[in-house]
Amino acid sequence: MSSTTQGILDVSAQPSLIEGDPQLLELSMGPQHPSTHGVFRMNVVLDGETVVKLKPVFGYLHRNHEKIAEKQTYLGCMPYTDRLDYICSLTNNWAYARAVEELAAIKIPERAEYLRIITAELTRLQNHTCLVGFLMQDMGASGTPLMYAFREREKILDLFEALTGARMMCNYMRFGGCRVDTPAGWLAETQKVIDAYPKFLDEFEKLLTSNEILMARTQGVGKVSKELAVSAGLSGPMLRACGVNYDIRKVDRYGIYERFPFRVPLGDHGDVYDRYMIRLLEMRESLKILQQAMREIPEGPIQDPATKPRLFRPKVGEAYGRIECPKGELGFYLISDGTGTPYRFRVRPPSLINLTILEDMCLGATVADVVIILGSVDIVLGEVDR
Amino acid sequence: MIVEPIVESIKAAVPGAALEIVLNPSPSAQHSIVVDATHAVAVAKHLRDAVGLQFDYCSNVTGVDWLPKETSTTTKVKRMVDGVEQEVAEVTKTSTPGYFEAVYHLYSVALRHGPLVLRMRTIDREQTHMASLTPVWRSAEFQEREIFDLYGVHFDGHPDLRRLLMWDEFTDHPMRRDYVDPDDYEYEPTAHAEVLERARKHQEGAPS
Amino acid sequence: MIDEQLKSELSRQGIFATSLQELYNWGRKSSLWPLNFGLACCAIEMIATTMARYDLARFGAEVFRPSPRQADLMIVAGTVTKKMAPQVVRLYNQMPEPKYVISMGACAISGGPFKQGYNVLKGIDRYIPVDIYIPGCPPRPEALIDAFLALQKKIDAQQLTGADRPRHLNAELPSEFVVPQFGEHDLEPSKNAELWNAPLVQISTTTGGQS
Repeated sequence: MSSTTQGILDVSAQPSLIEGDPQLLELSMGPQHPSTHGVFRMNVVLDGETVVKLKPVFGYLHRNHEKIAEKQTYLGCMPYTDRLDYICSLTNNWAYARAVEELAAIKIPERAEYLRIITAELTRLQNHTCLVGFLMQDMGASGTPLMYAFREREKILDLFEALTGARMMCNYMRFGGCRVDTPAGWLAETQKVIDAYPKFLDEFEKLLTSNEILMARTQGVGKVSKELAVSAGLSGPMLRACGVNYDIRKVDRYGIYERFPFRVPLGDHGDVYDRYMIRLLEMRESLKILQQAMREIPEGPIQDPATKPRLFRPKVGEAYGRIECPKGELGFYLISDGTGTPYRFRVRPPSLINLTILEDMCLGATVADVVIILGSVDIVLGEVDR
Repeated sequence: MIVEPIVESIKAAVPGAALEIVLNPSPSAQHSIVVDATHAVAVAKHLRDAVGLQFDYCSNVTGVDWLPKETSTTTKVKRMVDGVEQEVAEVTKTSTPGYFEAVYHLYSVALRHGPLVLRMRTIDREQTHMASLTPVWRSAEFQEREIFDLYGVHFDGHPDLRRLLMWDEFTDHPMRRDYVDPDDYEYEPTAHAEVLERARKHQEGAPS
Repeated sequence: MIDEQLKSELSRQGIFATSLQELYNWGRKSSLWPLNFGLACCAIEMIATTMARYDLARFGAEVFRPSPRQADLMIVAGTVTKKMAPQVVRLYNQMPEPKYVISMGACAISGGPFKQGYNVLKGIDRYIPVDIYIPGCPPRPEALIDAFLALQKKIDAQQLTGADRPRHLNAELPSEFVVPQFGEHDLEPSKNAELWNAPLVQISTTTGGQS
């Protein structure tokens, strides 16, 4: 019994962040914590309620994607990409497929391009919906907005399940197209979901956006300047909230995004309110893209006939392919040595790099603000730790 | 990305920098510039600040482990064998030492071009010190820490170089190619010969 | 147990008869409070199970408690990494008896798709006793509800007295388990030998063949 009590009270040998000042309190928020979005730990040093120092601790979900990928075939790595950002598995698949297609110059048929855009934008919708739900939960709205958000998310997950066979781990993209074509009636169902979505967004906005508590708690909190954002490698809504007009869909023009005229919402202040608003606006732009894609999707094959995914053996070389996933810039860097397994499989994790400035954002804020700031960064630990 | 003019521009701004172009044989045409550790920070600052380049966004920092390679070439040489001049096949073995590499993918938010691939290499796998580019691009901070954690490469000039993903008491560098997993055995029903070998070792003497 | 016929006879007369064991088990199984503890992807399916469509609350899991001191059930949802394993065991030790563990998803059962990883603990049952295992990657919300009901059945069948009474009524059985420490290459110990040992399996004598 005494040996187990020893185990409970024994804290791991983390170096103390306090330089001998007895007024400061050192806390460990996480790894099990209601608001840390997974197993994430922050060692905070507090002066009363104000944060004086914050050091994030990673690695509690380090599942060795990169090492495991060195033993898998290229196609065998695809299901692992689902589990990186586990809320948005389809965009992860596309990023990896894009990296491989860059590596081997594979062409993609029209219908597959449209299907990719439809699934990616649906993923963006359900990710931003989830984020708004979780952010409200962190602010103390006790789960009701989260219930509404998940109600809508379930509708989109039904579509994914009908199309790919799985709600979350879709494993849908292949090098040169998509795995399977839409079943009968899927497009009509998707149209119904897309048509009903604006009403849900209006409901959300009416309830939340001009809510006094929300505005007071998020405006001016967690500000980031433009220069710091670019230098720290922020991407996605975090970067655009600071006013930097950089959306990879517009910059790299991958897929057929050129054919879709959509606006890129930008923020002015780089605070939590801007990030929240940008995500709501991005959802509306995604709906526009979806409506157009649904109108224009042609018939045809969904896979490049020249590529054999199972016996895929690209030539020696390397490639970095990236897309605008809902969290930011998700990139895959592949080094091929001519065999069927990648020599180096690197995931560029947007969530981890967006956390570079977590300490900068939280200095001087209260503990409650830290929770909201972390929520607004929109992290998924599977991607942070890989 | 066409690399030659960029190399010219760097050579003009940072004299003495040892630069090397590595062409990328794949269709992606993402060619790289190799830079040495002593001039790395100066080169990086030039890439970030020079008008026309303005690579202000370091998107990705990757660590790569290249194991030593042994290549043997056979050449025919004329030799005296038993008093008669004959052509003898001689095998020469050359071994290229392994090294660690940090690969930086740079983009420009201001000018919307990229990617430029910058590489830094160690001399061999024992001397593992490189220059940190965190003072130039803040985004390299966590990623260089990760390379230190998983590969054991030290980045001189990094503000806070400690392990990122593994626990502090861990001594190995797991992403290295010669890393051996600890034996926390559990039988996996797969057809991999190495797994069966491990299972056999653990179950020596167990009833078959 | 009370004779069913007697029970129905009495109930027709307006008398409700039960045994202390039934009542006790009914109370415990109908208000299992899970610990707010999700690790990875399975956590999202666990959250979806508590949401409006699948609603785990109607089975008694009304509140997910953030503190282990107030929870009865730990649903280990997601991959347990070696870095996280000591914290999981500490949380388990902090939960008061009676406590149950559901191992949700392939990763918590045996390491799942990440079994070859150097930082992945190959199953949480190496350190803590698990009551219900749910296979899947991730298991559907219906599977989690099924597991919850299976756990309720298991609790219902527990005898209050006798040799196979549950752990919390038996002072000889341990309720706290050894917390692994971070070693130089691996966790120390790499497993709790009293709880789990590697299964012995038939291996075929031909090399490279599947058993």
